[in-house]
Amino acid sequence: MLEVVSFPTAAEAAAAMTPDSRFLGGGTLIMNRVNYFDARVKRIVHSPDPALRQIARDGDRIAIGAGVTMTGLIGHREVDFLTPAARAVGGPAIRNMATVGGNLMAPHPYGDLTVALLALGADLRMADGREMSLEAFLAERRGLVQAVLVRRPDSDALRFRKVARVKPKGVSVMSMAAHLTRAAGRLSGARVAYGAMGPTPLRVPAVEAALEGASLDANGIAPALAVATEGLELPDDPIASAWYRREVAPVHLRRLLLGEEAR
Amino acid sequence: MKTPITFTLNGEEAAVFVDPGGNLLDVLRRGCGDLSPKYGCGQGGCGACTVMIDGEAHIACLTLAETVAGRRVDTAGGLADGPDLHPLQIAFMEGFAAQCGYCTPGMLMAAKALLDRNPNPTRAEVDEAISGNLCRCTGYEPIIDAILEAAKHRGAA
Amino acid sequence: MVVEYRKDLFADERADDFDVVGKPILRQDILGHVTGRSPFYDDHLFDGLLHMRCVRSPHHHARIRSVDASGAERMAGVVKVLSARDVPVNVNTLLSLINFGRDDEPLLATDKVSYVGQPILAIVATSVRAAEAAVQAVRVDYEELPFVLDVEEALKPEAPVVNAEYPNNTFDYADTYDHQKLRFGDVDKGFAEADHIVEATYQMSPIEQAPIETCGAIAAPETNDRITVYTSTQGLFFSVGVTAKQLDLNSARLHFIGGTVGGGFGGKVDSHHEPLAALACLATGKPVKYMWDRAEEMQVGAPRGGERWKIKDGVARDGRILARMFTGFFDAGAFTRLSSYAVQKSTGHLPGPYSIPNVASNVYCVYTNRTPSTAMRGFGITACDFAIERHMDKVARAVGMDPIELRILNAYRDGDMKAHRRAAKNCALIESCQVVAQKTGWALSGEAMRASSKIGGGEGALGLIPETVIDEEGRIGERRRTGLGPEPDAGQGARRRLPQGHSAHNSSAFGNAPQREDMAAEQERSGFKAPMAPTAPAPKPAEPAPVAPPAAAAPVTGGPSLPSAYTARPAASLPTPPEPPRPAPTAAAPPPPPPQPEDPARPHFQRAVKRPGVSRFLSGTRRR
Repeated sequence: MLEVVSFPTAAEAAAAMTPDSRFLGGGTLIMNRVNYFDARVKRIVHSPDPALRQIARDGDRIAIGAGVTMTGLIGHREVDFLTPAARAVGGPAIRNMATVGGNLMAPHPYGDLTVALLALGADLRMADGREMSLEAFLAERRGLVQAVLVRRPDSDALRFRKVARVKPKGVSVMSMAAHLTRAAGRLSGARVAYGAMGPTPLRVPAVEAALEGASLDANGIAPALAVATEGLELPDDPIASAWYRREVAPVHLRRLLLGEEAR
Repeated sequence: MKTPITFTLNGEEAAVFVDPGGNLLDVLRRGCGDLSPKYGCGQGGCGACTVMIDGEAHIACLTLAETVAGRRVDTAGGLADGPDLHPLQIAFMEGFAAQCGYCTPGMLMAAKALLDRNPNPTRAEVDEAISGNLCRCTGYEPIIDAILEAAKHRGAA
Repeated sequence: MVVEYRKDLFADERADDFDVVGKPILRQDILGHVTGRSPFYDDHLFDGLLHMRCVRSPHHHARIRSVDASGAERMAGVVKVLSARDVPVNVNTLLSLINFGRDDEPLLATDKVSYVGQPILAIVATSVRAAEAAVQAVRVDYEELPFVLDVEEALKPEAPVVNAEYPNNTFDYADTYDHQKLRFGDVDKGFAEADHIVEATYQMSPIEQAPIETCGAIAAPETNDRITVYTSTQGLFFSVGVTAKQLDLNSARLHFIGGTVGGGFGGKVDSHHEPLAALACLATGKPVKYMWDRAEEMQVGAPRGGERWKIKDGVARDGRILARMFTGFFDAGAFTRLSSYAVQKSTGHLPGPYSIPNVASNVYCVYTNRTPSTAMRGFGITACDFAIERHMDKVARAVGMDPIELRILNAYRDGDMKAHRRAAKNCALIESCQVVAQKTGWALSGEAMRASSKIGGGEGALGLIPETVIDEEGRIGERRRTGLGPEPDAGQGARRRLPQGHSAHNSSAFGNAPQREDMAAEQERSGFKAPMAPTAPAPKPAEPAPVAPPAAAAPVTGGPSLPSAYTARPAASLPTPPEPPRPAPTAAAPPPPPPQPEDPARPHFQRAVKRPGVSRFLSGTRRR
């Protein structure tokens, strides 16, 4: 029998989590599983903790509460750079519900916002006070996230693109984000991440390496396009085949990096 | 064990017992007898159960029922003011923006959430506002036209 | 919107006083829709409503060794576990109501399952969640069997038998053949005369109708010993008939309420929810709801079946198609449902809207271990039309001709004999092509723009049923023994020639008595007029309305110039017989009505023809 419990603070909720428990943020992931009788969900934990819904300066970083919704991100002054990625999630009703924390947990092919956070090199503050990198978290996806910590990128340095077959909104064939940092006019330390191209959103080391020291133009990025899907095990699913993803990834990566509009 | 909750449904106080893990769609339909939100997928993919919670569009089938305690829920069933239809309802009727009618209540609430916030939307904004709502018969063009038409009339009223 | 009635083409077909199209009009059900009060089947509330979910096969094909529901029966909230033994008439086929095909599909599986999702048990409980918990507690011991998912693989002699009622993996046509035949003329002769042979294969995947409202039904006991069934069905009387049959009830005890359907598109005719819900209602005395969730709708819901079409054309270098051969495969999935009918429907549609003197076709209704397929918007026509029109483009390229001109050249004209042995009438493909070309600025030659559906129809031998080669190939079971290829010309054994002007075969679809007496249609009320005397050739109009060619009417393609091609009709070279024989009335028509001489004062039944003094609420033959 399903049990639902609520705690005033995220810390108390985190302490009460058991292997059978699932933390409910906006409900878009957990309630889907409950509606489809997922026997692994035996206990739902939720918390109205207002701290989970805050966006605030945190030293030189911005702390985005895990309970902030996509709608809460869109147009927020502190995190306006995340608006394109947040807008790529669902329709308006889903965005009014879906949370940043949930997006980190979203199964393939979901989790478009996480792709942008990954490119930004975000860190996570867990409800028990620990900090860890988003990458490390995605490897296990365990524990309750309190907030996502990001540094504001230079204007125009963060690029995001979602590829879907249905307009204006469909499930991702793939999503892509790049944080294009430069030194002396050339790319340096750029980070590139994909979504819907593996079990979780992931960074693409081969592309990042190929961009190191490159100029941001058609010739400069050509080596990166050549290794667009190198080392990746691409998924076959009803949205797109692995073959299709491999074929179109270089095209979308080019558009992402050069800021081209799709024709 | 059932949990008692109260909330405001279409302006009236509602008090129901909810099952653990029960969703708002079931509570509205079976607990409150408001049959206007529809089940289409149970996973947030179709938008047929779109309702407004505290003035914002939400997916009822993905809303844990007990989280609406104390909040305001509005559905298509409460859109008309007695015999007076909402401009969106009139525009949907006159613009042939429904065929089977199953997606219509969700479409209306997605559209209302838009117009309440943005009384003069562009076509692209309407497109985006109903992007979480699927229609299989009418086609989206008459629906978008009707929402734009309703915006015009609401502005005039 | 301006609607243009082409009176030159449809003078006898339509009243021209229509005044609805092009004007705003309110739907009669729209107020319910916009207020959320339209009563869909799930919009009926009941005290003590019980819910049903099914134990389903996880395998494509498996023998059921044993089913253990003892744990499920004891679970909290479980009211009833229904199995095949509880269904009075467990095996049915949808078209048994018109006695077409044999009963082949169990409502609940007994000894084996033939597709993923096939129901085995139906569990009734006080909540959906309790029913599903019980479903998960049922233990089924399966012995997995080899399965086949491809139509052509399923025709091979070594293919596993999908459907025990049809052990050759094909529906039986006319109790004789494993496919639906169409033979018209002599395709081999046509191929021999051709300058080009153009062959290709086309395929369309299954398509789920995906209505927003999932399929379902609620059955509730009435106080007068009847059961009221609220249902999403698109075929209310199908569903009543199937429920009456499978529950062995007089249909007068079934009160079906439907009509408000949340999108159907053909996917809500299969009548599986109604008998199961009604059975559970009888077994428990309580209202029972059987409603698919979205995952079931997508996985178990019958889609439009996949189709594969192979087309071989023999084409003269001027673009005339001399012969066309089809091999079609309908993927019925594990059971027949409506695919047997879709095959006949598509065969009646061949060879497309083109006058081709030699046509042969074999179309197979094939059983595979896929989800059974059913109706969806134009099923039986959509994929075959896609194949035909793609093929026309291929033919146009092969002969270097403009694709629209190729269609105009080969299009049916009024009076041409169609492959299913009816004269074409009210043809308008040529005119449609001309209008499309004009509206899109596509330049056609003057010849093509001057062509008309009213000119040249039935010229020479084109108005006659040609001498036709027939064969005995593909008798039921033969393929499994000998492994013959499925092509129409691959047959062994004797061929015969039917003389020019031979009569049409009767169709096995009609003329059988229905299985249940209370399902018998009263023919005089059905609007279907079986035997018709042949009509005299349509009088040629004095002069067709000329269609003005567009300003730049020069052909754009580099195709050969064909000044006379449009009037020199495809079969004009064939010998014209001295006297066209009168096709005899259908040989083995349904027994009841003997052929009546045509009363010239009484027009044929036609839809939408307004006759003075006839109520527009009556259709067809007037009630007496």
